[in-house]
Amino acid sequence: MQSELEVGRESTNVKVITHRQGSAALFKRPRMSEELIRAFLFVCGALSIFTTIGIIVVLGRESLLFFQSGLVTLGEFFGSTKWQPQAGEFGILPLLNATLMTSAAAMLIALPLGLGAAVYLSEYAPVKVRSTLKPILELLAGIPTVVYGYFALTFMTPLLRALLGENTVQIYNTASAGLVMGIMILPTISSMSEDALSAVPRALREASYGLGATRFETIIKVVLPAALSGIIASFILGVSRAVGETMIVALAAGAGPNFTFNPFAAAETMTGHIARISGGDLSYNSIDYNSLFAIGLALFVMTLALNLISRAVTQRFREVY
Amino acid sequence: MTYMPNDQQFERGLRMRHLRGSVWQRFFMLSTIVALLALLALFYNVFDQAFGYVAEQYQIDPATLAPDGDISALENDGLTALLLEYQPRKIPVYVRDNLSVVDASQFTTLPLSQVLAGKTVPEEFADKTIRDLAPQDQANLLATNLSHEQLVQLVTTDVVGAEILESWDLTSSLFRRAEVEATAREKYPNAKFYFRSWINFDFLVNPGSSVPGAAGVRTALLGSLWVIAITVIFAFPIGVGAAIYLEEYATRSRINQIIETNVRNLAGVPSIIYGLLGLAIFVRALQFVTDGRTLLSAGLTMGLLILPVIIINAQEALRAVSNAIREASYGLGATKWQTIWNQVLPAAMPGILTGTILAMSRAIGETAPLIVIGASTFIVFDPNGPLSKFTALPIQIYQWTSRPQPQFRDIAAAAIIVLLVVLLLLNASAIYLRQRFKRKLQG
Repeated sequence: MQSELEVGRESTNVKVITHRQGSAALFKRPRMSEELIRAFLFVCGALSIFTTIGIIVVLGRESLLFFQSGLVTLGEFFGSTKWQPQAGEFGILPLLNATLMTSAAAMLIALPLGLGAAVYLSEYAPVKVRSTLKPILELLAGIPTVVYGYFALTFMTPLLRALLGENTVQIYNTASAGLVMGIMILPTISSMSEDALSAVPRALREASYGLGATRFETIIKVVLPAALSGIIASFILGVSRAVGETMIVALAAGAGPNFTFNPFAAAETMTGHIARISGGDLSYNSIDYNSLFAIGLALFVMTLALNLISRAVTQRFREVY
Repeated sequence: MTYMPNDQQFERGLRMRHLRGSVWQRFFMLSTIVALLALLALFYNVFDQAFGYVAEQYQIDPATLAPDGDISALENDGLTALLLEYQPRKIPVYVRDNLSVVDASQFTTLPLSQVLAGKTVPEEFADKTIRDLAPQDQANLLATNLSHEQLVQLVTTDVVGAEILESWDLTSSLFRRAEVEATAREKYPNAKFYFRSWINFDFLVNPGSSVPGAAGVRTALLGSLWVIAITVIFAFPIGVGAAIYLEEYATRSRINQIIETNVRNLAGVPSIIYGLLGLAIFVRALQFVTDGRTLLSAGLTMGLLILPVIIINAQEALRAVSNAIREASYGLGATKWQTIWNQVLPAAMPGILTGTILAMSRAIGETAPLIVIGASTFIVFDPNGPLSKFTALPIQIYQWTSRPQPQFRDIAAAAIIVLLVVLLLLNASAIYLRQRFKRKLQG
């Protein structure tokens, strides 16, 4: 009986039912294959955790080797304004400074323009214009960053040099890289802010109009404050993308660490330095190799913090209607 | 007492308020226009560089070498004969650069069966070194083992010696043609002056070269396709599996919440960090599997990079499947996995595929991780398996852009157009797939 039931289950379902006598057969039975599949799927999900652990272990281990080498102390790493591996100088400040300069230039462009575009699309544009413009703006987000790097070097830099004079603006400079990076980030900010603005309920706007406010006053005093958490989150995410961006700065910002506050001078960012050094012939177990991971760790911590803040802002200050 | 404006004051105030409103409206509109202009400028800049007049000079006029000057019409034997006639001393060099699989220092000492392992070598030469062969036999090795395109490229660069002396952008080629031509005729009286599309058939089928006029994207394009294939084979099942686990199985337990947050955090990690991870894990630690800086390492690194994107998109697609479908399936006696496999997954497939293709288009344009794991070496071979060394399209664009000679900017622009077309095709196929599946499910 038992064996026949098993055979029946294998071949057709109808047989199973006819052979089942009594309700005992209908109780939930553990199924090996179902559990195996579940376990496999769990492993797939857990792989993302291994990736994170992998990143932390790899960056941490090599950074530890870097600081254990005796060539550099933590104080020098964060305090020295010189990064000259040949001379044994490993101060991250020039690289960090260049990263902050390009990011600041990027935000100078992306912040007002991105928010402006978001307000226009969500509050002013007719439905038809909006549904055409939005995908076009998103095109900007889909263009590979190496293309932006090309654009910075062959379009923005010559433009800046023509406008401000070839003596002021060097061929490689942080301003040009930063401005183009701003264009790259703009769609991120405009699209996220637009979502936040569109999520503000109509009732709030109409109440404001009802009190006699103009459209602009409604936007500034009612809609923007209501959507503020989403907008701030988009800004922080934009900064995080700017800090981690590599190809634009690798092509347009210059090769060689340089501690300068002049936006028209060449300076290498953290990402740019990692890309340039690892692109050459690099021997493992050298101090140069380890130093890349120390920079990588600093970069990882910075972007992770920014991303976490961005998420916390959205969750903490979200206005629920 | 509260302030109460009289009618006149109110009117003036109202006008000011409306004025301020319209000024700001202009600003908002302007920012949108600036963004669009930036996009336009970007495309204009690329096309401006990818087409235009050039002044090209030959060392030997191709018309004296082949009928009508069409080198590519010659057979392989004819091409090697030209190489033999004009560059007799460089024949072994060509063999070394294009065919040899051993280190350059052993090239002249090892027998040909080792030097050219896997290539066609006549049996009588198998035990001999390259130096034992007569020049004609060396040339025959080239003729039998190199592709027609490669030989044409060698003849073009080394016999014809075509050199592009100067190139002009599209704008000046169109609007100041006479001026450009006059300058060219005066500066380069012996050069050929013609309108060149830097993106052309030869550009697509030629491997990389140190001469801009002869370089192509074949190796890079194949490399990119290989990388993307490995990436998808690795990341698609795992990503969809993880999404199914998170959406269908996971309870709100601690570990599941950690996985969920973790996926979102990984999506925000800069791509260059993934490059460092790939360098340490796939290139170094797993060298015995991946053989170092190979396509496999690159594909796996990219896979980790796009995994969060695939998971997040697949989760959204699964969430959109109506619960009624699941419950109907359970009601008919299906197990959980039967329900997922037969009902939920097919319904979510269009969304999952669209998300995956979008993730692929991100991966195909990613450059930084590939640089870090070491794809930037100069490669002229077609990749022949997951363990071959490689270069990729964005890497090639990066290399060409960073060279000082202006002609490399022109081919970089042409390569950018190729990359953008690949992206366009990917996105178009995503839209097509979505529509097709939609119709199937409805019909």
